[in-house]
Amino acid sequence: MIPVPGSVHAMNELSASSRITYRAVRVRPGVARRIRGLSDKTLAWLFITPTIVLLLAINIFPLLWTIYLSFTNYRANRANVPTIWLGADWYQSILTDPDIWAAMQVTAHFVIWTVVIETVLGFGLAYLIDKKFRGHGLWTTIILLPMMLSPAVVGNFWTFLYQPQIGLFNYVVAFFSGRDASSFQMLGDVTLSPWAIVIVDAWMWTPYVMLICLAGLRSIPDYIFEAAEVDRASKWRQFWSITLPMALPFIMLAVLFRGIENFKMFDMVNLLTGGGPGSTTEVASITLKRAAFESWRTGYSSAFAIILFVTVFGLANIYVKALNKVKSR
Amino acid sequence: MKRTLKALVVACGAVVSALGVGAGTTPAQAQGKTITLCWAAWDPANALVELSKDFTAKSGIGMKFEFVPWTNYADRFLNELNSHGQLCDLIIGDSQWIGGAAENGQYVKLNDFFKKEGISMDDYMPATVVGYSEWPKNTPNYWALPAMGDAVGWTYRKDWFARPDVQKDFKAKYGRDIGVPKTLDELKDIAQFFQGREIDGKKVYGASIYTERGSEGITMGVSSYLYDYGFKYDDPKKPYAMDGFVNSASAVKGLEAYKDLYKCCTPPGASNSYMSEGLDAFKSGQVALQMNFFAFLPGLYKDPNVGGDKIGFFVNPAGPAAQATQLGGQGISVVSYSKNQAEALQYIKWFAGGDVQKKWWALGGYSCAKSVLNDPSFPNSAPFAKEFLQSMGMVVDFWAEPSYAQLLQAEQKRVHDYVVADKGTAQEALDGLVKDWKAVFKEEGKKF
Repeated sequence: MIPVPGSVHAMNELSASSRITYRAVRVRPGVARRIRGLSDKTLAWLFITPTIVLLLAINIFPLLWTIYLSFTNYRANRANVPTIWLGADWYQSILTDPDIWAAMQVTAHFVIWTVVIETVLGFGLAYLIDKKFRGHGLWTTIILLPMMLSPAVVGNFWTFLYQPQIGLFNYVVAFFSGRDASSFQMLGDVTLSPWAIVIVDAWMWTPYVMLICLAGLRSIPDYIFEAAEVDRASKWRQFWSITLPMALPFIMLAVLFRGIENFKMFDMVNLLTGGGPGSTTEVASITLKRAAFESWRTGYSSAFAIILFVTVFGLANIYVKALNKVKSR
Repeated sequence: MKRTLKALVVACGAVVSALGVGAGTTPAQAQGKTITLCWAAWDPANALVELSKDFTAKSGIGMKFEFVPWTNYADRFLNELNSHGQLCDLIIGDSQWIGGAAENGQYVKLNDFFKKEGISMDDYMPATVVGYSEWPKNTPNYWALPAMGDAVGWTYRKDWFARPDVQKDFKAKYGRDIGVPKTLDELKDIAQFFQGREIDGKKVYGASIYTERGSEGITMGVSSYLYDYGFKYDDPKKPYAMDGFVNSASAVKGLEAYKDLYKCCTPPGASNSYMSEGLDAFKSGQVALQMNFFAFLPGLYKDPNVGGDKIGFFVNPAGPAAQATQLGGQGISVVSYSKNQAEALQYIKWFAGGDVQKKWWALGGYSCAKSVLNDPSFPNSAPFAKEFLQSMGMVVDFWAEPSYAQLLQAEQKRVHDYVVADKGTAQEALDGLVKDWKAVFKEEGKKF
């Protein structure tokens, strides 16, 4: 019996595939022909238009608007004040401001040391985990835990860990060094505070680098090592001639990701030190935030944001070219 | 029969819904109006919630509250005002916001309203009117009703001061009895005396003072010292002329004295302390002295561990040039973007009432009304009332210019760099501050 379309009995008896066929048949022939009539190009445009519109609205337009604002005296808290075109005044004043250069130096110290430490430790951990010892899965999970936490949480609880009187960090250092635990303060000392933020970032993000390096190590085919074994290459030689070169693109990718992320680091440092003591840990993002949302110097902060953007973009481009060279080797 | 049943069901339904509505609503909801008051999340805010129940009962207007912790208070609400947000109908905004909020049209000007309702600023303590309501300062242009008087004061461990061993050792060391410090030098002696001392087998420290870098902390603390040493924001005869006033030789000494106190007599790790860190240090029995705003004193007095007989209060001691302290506190304003301005004004009218002000003080808020503060019974109405009254007579406030945030940031940086980060000298810090402030005022088009 052929089910009569529209009847309850008929619908219940329809199988999934016959229901699809049924719906297809129900599409009016005119419409179907019209859709079928669209060219591939038109269809492609139809699919990507929403994405492009969204991209223009939330990325390109704000970027262009920021560029425009960076040449004006605009302040977001004084919308009633007439906007005056200042040309490149803000750029000149930022690039000649010693405080800005101090913030850039703090940022560079933070970026360089975190990236170096995270890369060395991350690769080391990945190398160990790749050996697939007993319980390596459990250890991998434990190592990955810090990067799953929110930077706000990490910032807050490291503030307690660094507390000179009750902090675990000070007690551990005191235990090994024999110093009094409250005789030094990681966050309040000019010499130690830049390292305090480096330690926290390394603790949190080394697992991320490890994960990328591990993917690199696991992508090296076993037969290459087997061939090396046959050729009686030592483990050291295998590491330098096979493991490291083949994992290098992954390591470089991790360096790129961490470099960009830490260049714009804000939340964790803000929670740990607020840029202090004094301006010792005031990374560029904190300076930018203060100018934009505390002083409300919108034009000035737009110019600073553009300078930071160009810096990151330029450095990242140079780096990507180097990465591509390594990959094509 | 069917019709009777139907009528019965309808009647029951009506009774049930009437009961439901009656049980779950306040007169405000009955009237259908609710207004939102924005402030900081702290003890006095809880007192205000309690107090405002009377307003709802009287007017039928419901009250909603948006309280934000101090660390985010300025960011959150200045963002709200700058984006013309309608979250807050009423705002208890910080005293320094008044210039910006008035000039940017964010607060409703209250002169006509005050006149119409018979609210006179003569009924409020002059310092609070200038600090919380007027813009430009010292002109009869009112943008807020003084709501919460506050100033920087001090607490001390009365029980420690009363210990015979402490009294004996202190006298032996300083040749005088230990007691409430009258001068900043005496305060330092006491702090130094307690620093590292063992009390009941526990190591304690001298003083908790403001050193916070991120918002306004260290400026609030340092200012209380600078004023006492003769610091002035500008030439009283020539506005915005700061050379020789901000960076005078005496002001430099004041900054050095604050740094000395920080270096000699604060607990380890106190490089970023503000209100809550001070409270923690005092409540946990770490420090003998604590610098903090009067707003926290009712809560501290009630504390089971360090309150009651164990705590004492004193005003900011005198320095070589003056005795002054940093103004805290806020006025209550109507937000100009609010759609409930009439109801918000109704709240202000109610809040200005004499009985309401009395109850406000009784609940833990700090009234600025003369009717409360000049009452002969006021000094004895709380253990810290006398000190509060004295402090409100000697307060000085930070700049309240529209560009106050930039001015504040500059001082935070210069002062923290010197006091906590050991960068440069006090003279360099204050010279740098004058340079920064001049640049801000120049950008504002001010002439000096």
